[in-house]
Amino acid sequence: MSDVVEKTLTALPSLLSLDPQPGSAKLSSTSKLGNLIRGITELTSKHEEEKLIQHELASIKDQVSSPNTSMRQMKELMVRAIYCESLGYEASFTYIHAIKLAQQGTALEKRVGYLAVSLFLNESHELLLLLVNTVLKDLQSTNLIEVCMALTVVSQMFPKDMIPAILPLVEEKLNHPKEIIRRKAVLALYKFYLIAPNQVQHIHNKFRKALCDKDPGVMTASLHIYLQMIQENPEGYKDLTASFVTILKQVVGGKLPMDFNYHSVPAPWLQIQLLRILALLGKNDQSASAVMYEVLDESLRRAEMNHNITYAILYECVKCIYTIHPKSDLLEKAAKCIGNFVLSPKINLKYLGLKALTYVVQQDPRLALQHQMTIIECLDHSDLIIKRETLELLFRITNAQNVVVIVEKMLEFLRVNTDDYTTIDLVGKVAELAEKYAPDNEWFIETMSTVFSVGGDMMQPDIPNSFLKLLSEGFDSVEEDRKLRLFAVDSYITLLQKEPGKLPQRFLQVISWVLGEYSHLKDELEPTVVLKLLAKLLDMKHTSSETKSWILMAMTKLCEGGAEVSVVREVSETYSSSMDTVLRQRAHELQYLSQDSELRAKVLLRDNGLRPLEVDSSLSFLDGFVSEALAAGAAPYKPPHQRQEELAQAKALSLEPYGLSLPMSMSSCSITDRQSPTLLSMSSGLSGDSAEISHKGGSTSLKLDGVKRVWGREGYLPQRAAVEEAAQVEVPCTLRSPSQQGDADSSHSQTPTSTPTPTEPDPEKQQLASLFFGLSSQSSVCLMGKPEPTPHRFRRKAKGVTDPTSSSLISTPSNVEKLLCNNLLDSNIASELAVSSAKQITELPQGLKTASCDVEAELTDIADIKQNNPSLIVDNGIVAAADEDPDRPKDLCLISHLPAELSELCHSEITPLCTIQSLVLSACHLQKEDSLVLAVFISNSSDSALQHIVLDLDSEQLEVSCVSDSPAEDFRGHSVVVYQYSLTVKRPSIHVSIEGTVSFQLPGEAPQAAQFSYKLPLTIFIRPLTVSTEEYGTMWLSFSHDTKQNLTLIGDGQEALTATLNVLKQKLQLHVVEIIGQEGILSCRLLQDQPCLMHCRVHAGTLAVWLRSPVPDLPDCLIYHCQRALQEY
Amino acid sequence: MIKAILIFNNHGKPRLIRFYQYFAEDMQQQIIRETFHLVSKRDDNVCNFLEGGSLIGGSDYKLIYRHYATLYFVFCVDSSESELGILDLIQVFVETLDKCFENVCELDLIFHMDKVHYILQEVVMGGMVLETNMNEIVAQVEVQNRMEKSEVSVQCQPVAELISG
Repeated sequence: MSDVVEKTLTALPSLLSLDPQPGSAKLSSTSKLGNLIRGITELTSKHEEEKLIQHELASIKDQVSSPNTSMRQMKELMVRAIYCESLGYEASFTYIHAIKLAQQGTALEKRVGYLAVSLFLNESHELLLLLVNTVLKDLQSTNLIEVCMALTVVSQMFPKDMIPAILPLVEEKLNHPKEIIRRKAVLALYKFYLIAPNQVQHIHNKFRKALCDKDPGVMTASLHIYLQMIQENPEGYKDLTASFVTILKQVVGGKLPMDFNYHSVPAPWLQIQLLRILALLGKNDQSASAVMYEVLDESLRRAEMNHNITYAILYECVKCIYTIHPKSDLLEKAAKCIGNFVLSPKINLKYLGLKALTYVVQQDPRLALQHQMTIIECLDHSDLIIKRETLELLFRITNAQNVVVIVEKMLEFLRVNTDDYTTIDLVGKVAELAEKYAPDNEWFIETMSTVFSVGGDMMQPDIPNSFLKLLSEGFDSVEEDRKLRLFAVDSYITLLQKEPGKLPQRFLQVISWVLGEYSHLKDELEPTVVLKLLAKLLDMKHTSSETKSWILMAMTKLCEGGAEVSVVREVSETYSSSMDTVLRQRAHELQYLSQDSELRAKVLLRDNGLRPLEVDSSLSFLDGFVSEALAAGAAPYKPPHQRQEELAQAKALSLEPYGLSLPMSMSSCSITDRQSPTLLSMSSGLSGDSAEISHKGGSTSLKLDGVKRVWGREGYLPQRAAVEEAAQVEVPCTLRSPSQQGDADSSHSQTPTSTPTPTEPDPEKQQLASLFFGLSSQSSVCLMGKPEPTPHRFRRKAKGVTDPTSSSLISTPSNVEKLLCNNLLDSNIASELAVSSAKQITELPQGLKTASCDVEAELTDIADIKQNNPSLIVDNGIVAAADEDPDRPKDLCLISHLPAELSELCHSEITPLCTIQSLVLSACHLQKEDSLVLAVFISNSSDSALQHIVLDLDSEQLEVSCVSDSPAEDFRGHSVVVYQYSLTVKRPSIHVSIEGTVSFQLPGEAPQAAQFSYKLPLTIFIRPLTVSTEEYGTMWLSFSHDTKQNLTLIGDGQEALTATLNVLKQKLQLHVVEIIGQEGILSCRLLQDQPCLMHCRVHAGTLAVWLRSPVPDLPDCLIYHCQRALQEY
Repeated sequence: MIKAILIFNNHGKPRLIRFYQYFAEDMQQQIIRETFHLVSKRDDNVCNFLEGGSLIGGSDYKLIYRHYATLYFVFCVDSSESELGILDLIQVFVETLDKCFENVCELDLIFHMDKVHYILQEVVMGGMVLETNMNEIVAQVEVQNRMEKSEVSVQCQPVAELISG
């Protein structure tokens, strides 16, 4: 009782001092907060603060858990908890109480509760589920404030899976009489669109209604959605161009109520938004741009007032004018505008002016020339941000003439800069420029030395890598290469003789590699001198162990016997007992190789940098070791995913639906007991060793017991060992240890190992070919007589930025696959394969084969099927070569430039990407059995040759790797070059796009560049995944990402399910695993081996679909495409 | 989209922290520290834009800030926002605070942190700009205040009785 009185009394003073003013009406609840804050401000040390807060948290904890605490007190406690959290102290015990407050309190307490929840929790927090009901209730409330609060919290964070529960209510709010509610509802829906686009797909019409809302505020809110959607797919919204133009016209013309004016500018933020949308719509579209010219002109004219916000509008205007299809008088005005920005004394405007210039110079380099003086002034500006922006601009206008000056400026900036992020960024740019435009060797080496010393260990690792690659590959003239290397050796020796202690590790690694590789070029230089210098580096205490191993490698290359032996012996003795295993290994290598000059000559070939290395990525040289170990009773290797699957199977209780359907499907499978290679390949994938299974092909039933599909049990082994012995044709190479570190070194210093003969079954290789590769598709290709491995060039000729390690060290996976196919063929099961592949090909995307493929006699019927089915091909946006329109000679002509191995593949329509002057860029994609190839055609229609063509592709969602560079960097007039890229999905998204830039130079002119983008639907990456029902069950359990949704059925009655699934199968190339009554299961995979499983059930006239995959977002994207496919049907 | 709104004082003490993208608690604190570090070393006569804090994500992000007496208002945005537009939005937000608190100062933000959040919620919702019209924002806040007042006056009743009794 006394407790209550005391509390009341402490609340009294603040109540009495209650201020009638609205601003400070609530001191009553903050007195304790006040004390806390006062306490904290009086403290001097972080430690004391910590103590005080801990004390405070403890007292809050006491009170929140006490049942006597009223909601009103809880509200006050919550504010204190928020305060503590904002200082960085965790108060997780209050989370649940925040939710309770939002659930049970009055409107005012609810507000605090919601605020606390939205500050404490995130979208994936499990407690958030408890909030769903509250939100649901509040959305239905008659109290507007409660509805507002619910909408606010929903837009801040809401669990993705729970969106369907509240979606109808939020949609309903779009028709609410109050505009503030409509507006918040629009933004909440936008948030849903961002986190789960497929959920709000059906309400696109309502977005349009919001756009036409009578209240400008609601319309403004809807622009958020449109900006986003148009960004993703500008083509789909071209019809709205005129509407947006009209809206902008009205806004600019002052037709909105005065309330919307800000500093007497009509709705500036709205204008900015609209201009951005227009820029997106008018990009590369002449007719859409034509509609905009007038209003843009009007905007430029109207925005003359001297206020910050008018500049914001002007800036967007200028950007828009330069993005859309050009119109000369507008461009002129825009250019003048940019001039005003750049020349402005206001620093913010200067910044934006530079930004605009950077954006514009790619199209109009003259503009930079006009403002030359200003730009130079900006270089010496006191604001680092302005300086950086200027350098960015300079970077864009660099060419062979000005490179020396610009790089000098950049390095100057780098030397004084302290911000890591800027350093990393700028160092990359300098390296790129130096590589591209270096006027001579000395300059190049010196610049790169500065880059390495300034960039230190922060810079991107590909800078030193590509530098070393460049050195080792050289250019066209042997003599030039020699000079370059010689100069590098010279300058590095000088550096080491000075003060090597200050050099960063990465630089030391580069130095040691270069010295190891090329110091022999310098005749008068004694190896001993170099060795001593290197040994000195080893002794420095700052040298990291990675660097040490680089140095030891270099020494290994240098010791040729003779005088240096003593230095070497000393070093190798020191490090052969090192704690670091890598170092120890290097030291031993050094020791052996320095003594055995014959072996050394064999292992470390000099000047072999130019020859591509065959890398045995399957580690087949370890086979002997593996089989010995197995014979000695070691457990066979299981890949991680298999281990996981087994774990999942071992779980006693499974609440998943497939746990139930498993036994049935399993038995059905074992009854049929068919030996289709599909089954073989899948089970072999699971067991991790298919060679064995293919040898004992008859006993498939054995392998159906799911869990124990593990090889290496007794009885297998003798057979296996026999096979393995035959495989050991290869000499194991000491240097090829798994602990190999120096990537650049290894690619240039090793003897090419002989590849194992393809006919030997090789279990390791098959392990490498990953689980879901769908062996069947490859084997069928094999049968067709076209086992084309992707051509991989190890040598990079163009100086574009590629990752040297990935291209040079890893052999093409398709090689492995090819071997694998051969293995199977040789295992006397070729005939079975042929039969099954005939079956498979009918399921396979038709696009994978071309009509012109010479098909073996036994498979001719497949060709027939293919020809009967052209509609499928068109559906996929792929036009088979045979179906090519005769009136498109240009495409055909471009296609003829494809390399032979690609020209027979099926290709999509050739889309023009961009045109600059006489250079025309176009692209198409080609479907290969296990990859997607993007071919970019660059045709030069002028008479003169172009130089320095650099094509650079990048994508957020895709992994773009260059398959082969164009053979020549310069190319003649009237010719075409083809760049090939192989695409795989990195992050699934509904549509994926590739952004790229191309730059080139006409002789004697400044370089030019253009940007383009290429868009692809995700569906072209989808391939059927052939699994059996019980494999499906196993996989289902192990996948963690899922999504559920109801889809419309096609047709009705008994056949509806089959019909619907057939549509999906045809359109999306899903594989129908089995249909059981009213349920069906399907599977597919995304290149490369990212499986996705689908379970459908007919329920109340709709198709309840459940998708699962190990890949996040894949289920969401797939369901979107399923929905689309069914709608289109 | 706006990724985060941070208000801290000249000593780096956070006064209002609002993230619209999820970051773990310690990451949030690190971001606040880094942002303060970046912003505080800049003079008042340089531009109000900053690029490339390494924590809150690479080249697509930008810090747009304003410095008022003892407080820094920092908005972290991605490339879909207009720089000058946000700069004026900060101004609108601060003017609104000024109107609601009558001569706003740092202490108001400390003692009425929740209230500042409510005002902010009317300006920016889930990372999207909701309202830029100051009168409209103030009107929405007023509506909420009225509700508050009515509730407080109801609660005052029993306390008065208790004192007299």
